[in-house]
Amino acid sequence: MNIHEYQAKDLVQRYGVPIPRGGVAKTPAEAETVARELKAPSFVVKAQVHAGGRGKAGGIRITGSPAEVRAAADSLLGSRLVTNQTGPEGKAVGQVYVEEGVGYGHELYIAALVDRSVGRVALIASKEGGEDIEEKAAKAPGTISRLVIDPDEGFVSGSADALARAIGLAGVQVDKAVTVMHGIYQALVECDASLVEINPLVVTNAGDLLALDVKMTLDDNALFRHQDLEALRDQDEVEPTELEAKRFELNFVKLDGNIGVMVNGAGLALATIDLLKQGGGDPADFMDVRPSATRDQVAMGFRMLLDNPKVAAILVNVYGGGILRCDTIAEGMAQACRAHQTKLPPMIVRAAGTNSELARDILVGREIPVTFAKDMADATAKVVQAAKTGAA
Amino acid sequence: MAILLEADTRVICQGFTGKQASYHMERAIAYGTQVVGGVVPGKGGSKHLGLPVFDTVAEAVEATGANASAVFVPPVSAPEAMIEAIEAELPLLVCVTERIPVLDMVRVKRRLEGARTRLVGPNSQGVLWPGRCKIGVMPAHREQPGKIGIVSRSASLTSEVIEQTTAARLGQSTSVGIGGDPVYGISFIDCLQLFLADPETEGILLIGEIGGTAEEEAAAFIKQEKPRKPIAAYVAGLHAPTERRMGHAGTVNVFGAGGAAEKIEALRSAGVHVAPSAAEIGATMRRASRGV
Repeated sequence: MNIHEYQAKDLVQRYGVPIPRGGVAKTPAEAETVARELKAPSFVVKAQVHAGGRGKAGGIRITGSPAEVRAAADSLLGSRLVTNQTGPEGKAVGQVYVEEGVGYGHELYIAALVDRSVGRVALIASKEGGEDIEEKAAKAPGTISRLVIDPDEGFVSGSADALARAIGLAGVQVDKAVTVMHGIYQALVECDASLVEINPLVVTNAGDLLALDVKMTLDDNALFRHQDLEALRDQDEVEPTELEAKRFELNFVKLDGNIGVMVNGAGLALATIDLLKQGGGDPADFMDVRPSATRDQVAMGFRMLLDNPKVAAILVNVYGGGILRCDTIAEGMAQACRAHQTKLPPMIVRAAGTNSELARDILVGREIPVTFAKDMADATAKVVQAAKTGAA
Repeated sequence: MAILLEADTRVICQGFTGKQASYHMERAIAYGTQVVGGVVPGKGGSKHLGLPVFDTVAEAVEATGANASAVFVPPVSAPEAMIEAIEAELPLLVCVTERIPVLDMVRVKRRLEGARTRLVGPNSQGVLWPGRCKIGVMPAHREQPGKIGIVSRSASLTSEVIEQTTAARLGQSTSVGIGGDPVYGISFIDCLQLFLADPETEGILLIGEIGGTAEEEAAAFIKQEKPRKPIAAYVAGLHAPTERRMGHAGTVNVFGAGGAAEKIEALRSAGVHVAPSAAEIGATMRRASRGV
């Protein structure tokens, strides 16, 4: 789960990470009030959306007076911010964060994350922070330093010291950087985050370190033990259909194409989407039915495909096994099709594995107009054709 | 011979009396797996599926001589269950539990260092020795004893790949689902080493997906070792939108790493035969096998 910048800043501050003074606002008037209370010579007004690349997209405004803060908030609030990470439809701005302006020199990068290659938490740091950190890292991998943390030992200041020096810090700033590193490590561990990232971490004109932007990703699988963090979820950030799907034991991501896709298993779903794209098709979604799904849940998922006005044809690719059997999928499909009021799109079914014959009998017996495919290649070819011509 | 499993593999199930565990262990027994009991704290002394239930792994090992455990414990208590089995020095753990918090897995992985235990998973489909033994949740359907070793991060694709390698008349020596989680037990490289040392395995099939760097690490290993057995691979997610979570906890790109195109390129440059699509995995493995 992603959280907003202002929420992440609030969390890391509790662990000793210095951040600029600021406050969140939902209206231009609130933004002006925040600015007046901050009493600073300049302000930064930042759109709060779950996406990077805000600066280049105009989502971060530097202003001089509280009145200008109000004007900046007025233009951002209610707009849709399109960044290189949001897709063309952008993200609605419902809140802005107003901060005191800070004079600074160098921009650093520092993050705590679960490093999959070693299966441990690692601190990552670079002397080249700021926007386009990914590109910079790709071009010059040598500028990235890493400190892997042994979970039995925890955070060791001496090692963090070396990491701070590796990114060009010296003297008293090394100690300040160690405090920041310790803070983000603690925040990651105690909040069950998979990423705590400060980019940029700046050296202010006064020589202090300050976290100008903070991104935090929480581990969805650990939210059961963090009721307080669950409350930070911003429902407006999630596609409504994706939220609905979550209730039905479906992993669902909305895409832009016209072929509705239902698959059991994430890997098989990814592979199916690859096959569709390679065959000239364009998927409308990624839908992975979880093994524990019931007939009713499958029906709800299938209804979501039928209700999507963009969908011109549907592909169901199931490999029955484990607990989810093909007949459960067929029952759910039949239930959704029977309840559907308007004309059904062409539907292609590839069912293999446990109870695939039974699935076929159920669909044929209930007179659900589907076309059966013998394997994945056959199924994708048929559905791409059906989406183009409107008939299976 | 298979890898990981042996003729005398004796299996206990942690979380034995749960619904999923009961369903799959019943099928494992019917398949011929030597299931010797289960562990459910508080239910020691009872019987389930006609087998003894114990309170602890140590007691179960003592009484049954078990040397493997299928972990079906819910995510909240699965980490402690795995650590208990590691401390009891069970040689093989297969954990099928999904949605375990990643920092808990960091702790479990630390306990594996220097331990006798090999962990498969979590979020594993299991380990299958066709016709002989299965531990996990994979369907026994189209598998056939044969010569291809399969190691896969994706459960659903594994069934597909087993079907295709059977159709290609290659069959399987062992199929191992290493799971799709970010922090996990045995890796592609561990399985490659085991398959390379296994006389029954004549070719290796590696099934990867977006996220992480496991495929790149496997490619580097292959490049360095230059193994004599043919290796084919498939990587899912070439057309997945970036920055989105596609079902698995492990499929998030951090720092540009983890893209399917990069993984495919790394594997190709190591001499691995990469299937152009999921429909051609069996055929690709067949071509790779003929080349030797």
